[in-house]
Amino acid sequence: MTVHGTGDEPSAEELRAMTHEEAMIAGSEADGVHIVHRRDRFPIRGTKAEKRAERGVALAFLISALSGLGFIVAFIALPFHWHLPGTPQTFRFYTPALGGLLALMLVFLGVGLVLWAKWLMPEEEAIQDRHDDPSTEEDKLMTEATLVVGLQDTGLPRRSLILRTLGLAGGAMATVPLVALVGGMIKKPGSQLFHTLFRPNSKFPNGIPIVYSDFRRVSPDDLEPGGIATVFPGIREEVNGVNGVTDASSPTLLIRLRPGQKVKPRKGQGGFGWPHTNPEYIAFSKICTHAGCPASLYEQQTGRLLCPCHQSQFQVLEDAKPVFGPATRSLPKLPIDIELGEDGRQYFVATSDFKEAIGPAFWERP
Amino acid sequence: MTSTQARRSDEPRTAQGKAGKFLDERLNMAGPIRKQLNKVFPDHWSFMMGEIALYSFIILLLTGTYLTFFFDPSMAETVYPKNGTYVPMRGVTMSQAYKTTLDISFDVRGGLIIRQIHHWAALIFLAAMLIHMCRVFFTGAFRKPRELNWLIGLSLIALGIIEGFAGYSLPDDLLSGTGLRIADAIMLSIPVIGTWVSFLIFGGPFPGDVIIGRFYIAHVLLIPAILAALIGAHLALVVRQKHTQFPGRGRTEDTVSGERVYPLYAAKAGGFFFIVFGVTAALGGLAQINPVWLFGPYTPSQVSSGSQPDWYMMFLDGSTRLFPSWEIRLFHYTLPPLFWPTVVLPGILFTLAGAYPFIEAKMTKDKAKHHLLQRPRDVPVRTSLGVMALMFYLVLFLSGGNDIIAKAFDISLNAMTWGGRIALLVLPPLGYLVAYRICLGLQRHDREVLEHGVETGIIRVLPTGEFIEVHQPIGPTDEHGHGLLTYAGTPVPKRMNQLGAASPLKHIRGFFYPVKEKPEIQAALDELESAERSPEATSADESTRQLTD
Repeated sequence: MTVHGTGDEPSAEELRAMTHEEAMIAGSEADGVHIVHRRDRFPIRGTKAEKRAERGVALAFLISALSGLGFIVAFIALPFHWHLPGTPQTFRFYTPALGGLLALMLVFLGVGLVLWAKWLMPEEEAIQDRHDDPSTEEDKLMTEATLVVGLQDTGLPRRSLILRTLGLAGGAMATVPLVALVGGMIKKPGSQLFHTLFRPNSKFPNGIPIVYSDFRRVSPDDLEPGGIATVFPGIREEVNGVNGVTDASSPTLLIRLRPGQKVKPRKGQGGFGWPHTNPEYIAFSKICTHAGCPASLYEQQTGRLLCPCHQSQFQVLEDAKPVFGPATRSLPKLPIDIELGEDGRQYFVATSDFKEAIGPAFWERP
Repeated sequence: MTSTQARRSDEPRTAQGKAGKFLDERLNMAGPIRKQLNKVFPDHWSFMMGEIALYSFIILLLTGTYLTFFFDPSMAETVYPKNGTYVPMRGVTMSQAYKTTLDISFDVRGGLIIRQIHHWAALIFLAAMLIHMCRVFFTGAFRKPRELNWLIGLSLIALGIIEGFAGYSLPDDLLSGTGLRIADAIMLSIPVIGTWVSFLIFGGPFPGDVIIGRFYIAHVLLIPAILAALIGAHLALVVRQKHTQFPGRGRTEDTVSGERVYPLYAAKAGGFFFIVFGVTAALGGLAQINPVWLFGPYTPSQVSSGSQPDWYMMFLDGSTRLFPSWEIRLFHYTLPPLFWPTVVLPGILFTLAGAYPFIEAKMTKDKAKHHLLQRPRDVPVRTSLGVMALMFYLVLFLSGGNDIIAKAFDISLNAMTWGGRIALLVLPPLGYLVAYRICLGLQRHDREVLEHGVETGIIRVLPTGEFIEVHQPIGPTDEHGHGLLTYAGTPVPKRMNQLGAASPLKHIRGFFYPVKEKPEIQAALDELESAERSPEATSADESTRQLTD
């Protein structure tokens, strides 16, 4: 099977008498590697072809070294701070210059190494024995016996009390880390996914003010017909680290319909817009009911709303019913009304929270 | 080879010799290390895909470590300073993670190129693994005894995808935040435990304030450690089981034929590492990737159109876009449509891929060990199944960017979605049929050339007025001029050039003018050449000279 210990291997005495090459070949034979072909690329020394090859490899290494030098110079000397358009834009060459020089340094080092091997090192073909024979029958039998006797020595097959209690301890050993590590991370979802910050708040008896991202209040005059605005609950104080604007579940799309556009409301959402009959303003959760991206591309002529992530489309005129793509549920609608502000202008408020959970569906959502 | 005298002493006198003695007296390495130096590597271009994957992993470790010196994985709110370098962001509220990413890009000298090399290397890492997997599949390298390594490789791809996703989520920009929100929706879609999984990972409702920190430690420690361990096991198995190779002269099931590690293969593989690194550096310097400062910090109410994930996530994005709006509602509970294309589908794909070696062995009743590779054409069923899987993947992949395609070619977006849905069902079986036919055609052509010889392009007029093309047999022939060689699973030469027809015996060297060696050297060269050519050359010439029909 192998050449090891066959007695063919030369002794130390014989090896000392050999040339290095002969001893190398003897070593490879001892490792089961047969060098069947080995030839100097340039058996005649000092040919022009050999010198050319040598110069080629050296040139690659030289280019590599010079590029490295260039990299250091560029790294230190070139300007790299960002400047506004209109001012000198020389910093834009910084990263490309570094990349180009670094690439030259690395590629030419690599090319030099490969060419060195291909052009100058002796060509060879070596054949290695695979030694893929299966384990010998003897080995298998002895190993099997070792395993069996080892098991018998532990006494486990007949000491079922130890086996069972060990099983219990093992179970504890496996469960405790799981409980300790994962248990600490578990958070109870509760009803959190069913509410947004539009939920009724005793501070705002008339309803939650509807605001822009800078907490300016939203007034009906702000929107042109066919216009949309992303609005938020006007809750300034932080609840669990988020306020009305930064909360991920509260972004809402306020839409002003074009004249002549009529909404066909879903059951139970008839009076959710403003004015309550024949509404001109309607508001839907901006969070797509498919995967939670903000659905924000609105086509005012057709009343279609598109989510850019997976192209679900919602028909606003049918209370944001999904009409194309993977979404299955309408965008939840926010009941809105008007209150008179201290400055005498009309401002939007949300009279209650969304009637259903916003965003992507989940198991507990009916 | 002249140093035999120096070796006659037991005591080393050179520095290398002393170092060797020092190590050997402590580790007894002389035998084992020589065995590794003498290990034989077979050479084929397709074997380099796995090398590219390994090298890009090393590049990822190097650049990634550097990035950790500057990156702060914190979701704490901060404001980009009024005198910050990147003027458009001055005064904008953002997370610490996003701010430090901007700092790496604008304030750390050379930080941007390292960030970009890191991102490019990640794309290359996954691409190389996938192409390496295709190579292993189509050549049958996964067969017994290498099924375990196939499974390790598959785990590496799955983990690589997760690692990549965790990585590009870290900057907390608008694009990655959108990706995280979709990931949250995917977790929510899991039946029964979905909301608990989501709250466990995000530490509460999305987005919370822990996810970047958790992804960070997963990205820089947990997953890389597992990846490194699996890569180690992958390579250890390659060393233990040795390489596969294509059949050919001197290559049998019992041997590996090629070049030894030291010095030839080490020089070539080492050189190749620097070439891969160089190409990645060129991409990192010259091709912009993930310019997070253009996207802005993440805010849940915003999104940019045309948002695309990194390429290795696109097949999931595509499946999500194509899957119809089928939602199951039962007894006040919901099974969201997102569950099928993002949890079930990848589960099926990876399970099928992992089971394939065992399925094929069972179907073909092949229990033998295989160390020689197969040409894809010789195993048409497997090749066609592979093409089928690739078509499936390709449709999903392209659908992941169907909005970009729709915009670029002015096609209706809805038509792209429907086209993708239909193509997903139609193209894979079509791919199977076409691949099968091509395999059979290639097989037949191989046999035809073996029997009738290579087309020479020479037309001969027979005395009867009949025109025939002269064929060059590639081996011995019978009395009818039919080749006697049988197909051996190796490439069959198809053109006269491959038989040496267009290759003059002596190349003229030199680019601008022929290189002339000195007369005495030229004489020595001529002598060597005639000595090397004489014994076998004549017999080889005999067989190739004879032209038949």
